[in-house]
Amino acid sequence: MAYFPTNMVKKVLMSGNEAAGEAAIRAGCRYYFGYPITPQNQFTEYMSWRMREVGGTFIQSESEIAAINMVFGASAAGARAMTSSSSPGISLKQEGISYLAGCELPAVIVNINRAGPGLGDVTPAQSDYFQATRGGGHGDYRTITLGPSSIQEIFDLVYLAFDLADKYRNPALILADGLIAQVMEPVKLKKQKKRLPKKPWALTGCKGRNPNSIKSLFLTPGVLETHNWKLAAKYKKIEERETRYETFGDGDSDFFLVAYGSCARIVKEAVIEGRKEGMKLGLFRPISLWPFPYEPLAKLAEKGKKFLVVEMNLGQMLDDVKIAIGNRAKISFYGRPGGGIPTPKEILKEIKKR
Amino acid sequence: MKKIFGRPKSLTSEKTIYCPGCGHGIAHRLVAEVVDELKIREKTIGIAPVGCAVLAYDYWNFDVTEAAHGRPPAVATGIKRVHPGKVVFTYQGDGDLAAIGTAEIIHSANRGENITVIFINNAVYGMTKGQMAPTTILGQKTTTTRAGRNSQLDGYPIKVCELLSSLEGVVYLERVALDSVPHILKAKQAIKKAFRNQLEQKGFSLVEVLSACPTTWGLSPQESLTWIKEKMIPVFPLGVVKDKA
Repeated sequence: MAYFPTNMVKKVLMSGNEAAGEAAIRAGCRYYFGYPITPQNQFTEYMSWRMREVGGTFIQSESEIAAINMVFGASAAGARAMTSSSSPGISLKQEGISYLAGCELPAVIVNINRAGPGLGDVTPAQSDYFQATRGGGHGDYRTITLGPSSIQEIFDLVYLAFDLADKYRNPALILADGLIAQVMEPVKLKKQKKRLPKKPWALTGCKGRNPNSIKSLFLTPGVLETHNWKLAAKYKKIEERETRYETFGDGDSDFFLVAYGSCARIVKEAVIEGRKEGMKLGLFRPISLWPFPYEPLAKLAEKGKKFLVVEMNLGQMLDDVKIAIGNRAKISFYGRPGGGIPTPKEILKEIKKR
Repeated sequence: MKKIFGRPKSLTSEKTIYCPGCGHGIAHRLVAEVVDELKIREKTIGIAPVGCAVLAYDYWNFDVTEAAHGRPPAVATGIKRVHPGKVVFTYQGDGDLAAIGTAEIIHSANRGENITVIFINNAVYGMTKGQMAPTTILGQKTTTTRAGRNSQLDGYPIKVCELLSSLEGVVYLERVALDSVPHILKAKQAIKKAFRNQLEQKGFSLVEVLSACPTTWGLSPQESLTWIKEKMIPVFPLGVVKDKA
């Protein structure tokens, strides 16, 4: 008997690693390939028994490179497939992610980000924002990137990511960290998805049709350029339709904090505290990091007088905030790199300085 | 009039990019003939490598995907796990399989993935125009071993079948050559067996095919066949290396 059936939708206490895994299963993913790396080991461990329990496939691969290429194969074969890892492992997967993007294959990749560069540290960090939102691997492409800030949200976003990946035939990334992955919170589960999209392009054996091929190599002059323009049109569509964000505060806010993921939780505390002290604070939290919510943030710049970007890195999303706001408002930055986690008190102090 | 020779259904009419005397054309055809004879064209999924055979999806008339350099066994693993009832094979060169993809071939073999691997060993990097391969023989001149491969500096040629033979998950390993008609006929039998093993759920099978690359060897097509016979076969002896089938 299953540990708990996939049609059971009550609230359960889960870590982010487990919630992401369970969300994938409920989204109809039955193929998980992964290699251990801290702080996402509970993810791989969860999938090792849970996948087999629901009749799915789990392979502990020989490397992160092999894992992403198994995902490539399963996706090419028409299945919902995923892998998870943490920063150094995600770097190894980038070649595969580039191939997925070039071949227009859907897949979900979870990055439980840790501090870098190099081996860095396993502590929570947001140092992979550039890598996630700018394509990451070689070539001119984008990956859908979603940044959850609670355990419920990592569940919901993984569940959503499979739909987005299939809809746009594009890899989708979840960018979280150890704080989201290892903390436990109650999660309202969603039902098992039963009807998954048809994939006439998939490799299933050419019975009753012409052979399908999957490729990203285009040697005839001009053909790759046409392919790239086709990808660009798709990215534009994603930008128009799939922007997600949350605002917190009141219409009266004249000082906005901009933060995402686990950092946004801490910032929210600071905003609540500051408002108690009478400061007119607000929070703008991008949920989709690519596509980045440029327009709503730009609109806010018409109202908000000041913006403070808070990140657990040296300032990466800061670039996107600058693109959105330009010179229309004053933007400042407070960051803690290398696994440093800011406290609400620390952030309030920074607000008061500006 | 009775038709006695034709193009296998599993080959398209696309013209290949291969040089005169190249072994890929023969190897592609052998695979296509086997797929036809086993009547599995409509359930076969191939994985083309990076290298000269990268365009194999244009030449074979069944489902084919590309794969990143060295990764076909991992891609095949993903496909086969989704479609255990389909026939999944990789077609890989020596750089792909025995250099950059060493981890993938060893571990897919060790998992005993029920796939078929056609391993083309031509002792050189063909598409990049003639650098040393992991299977380049000692003394062989390439663009990165201009004085000939020196074991002290460049290591030794890897014997892939022998290397894989100790792995429990491996069912069948055979080395064949495309240097003569009898050897080509034997190669076809080995390829057929490797596919049949998969159909019979027996597990991981690999056929290593010694194949000519006249252009990068700097030899004529005819001389290349002699070179396989006189230089390659003594280093890579032909025959069954393992058969648990």
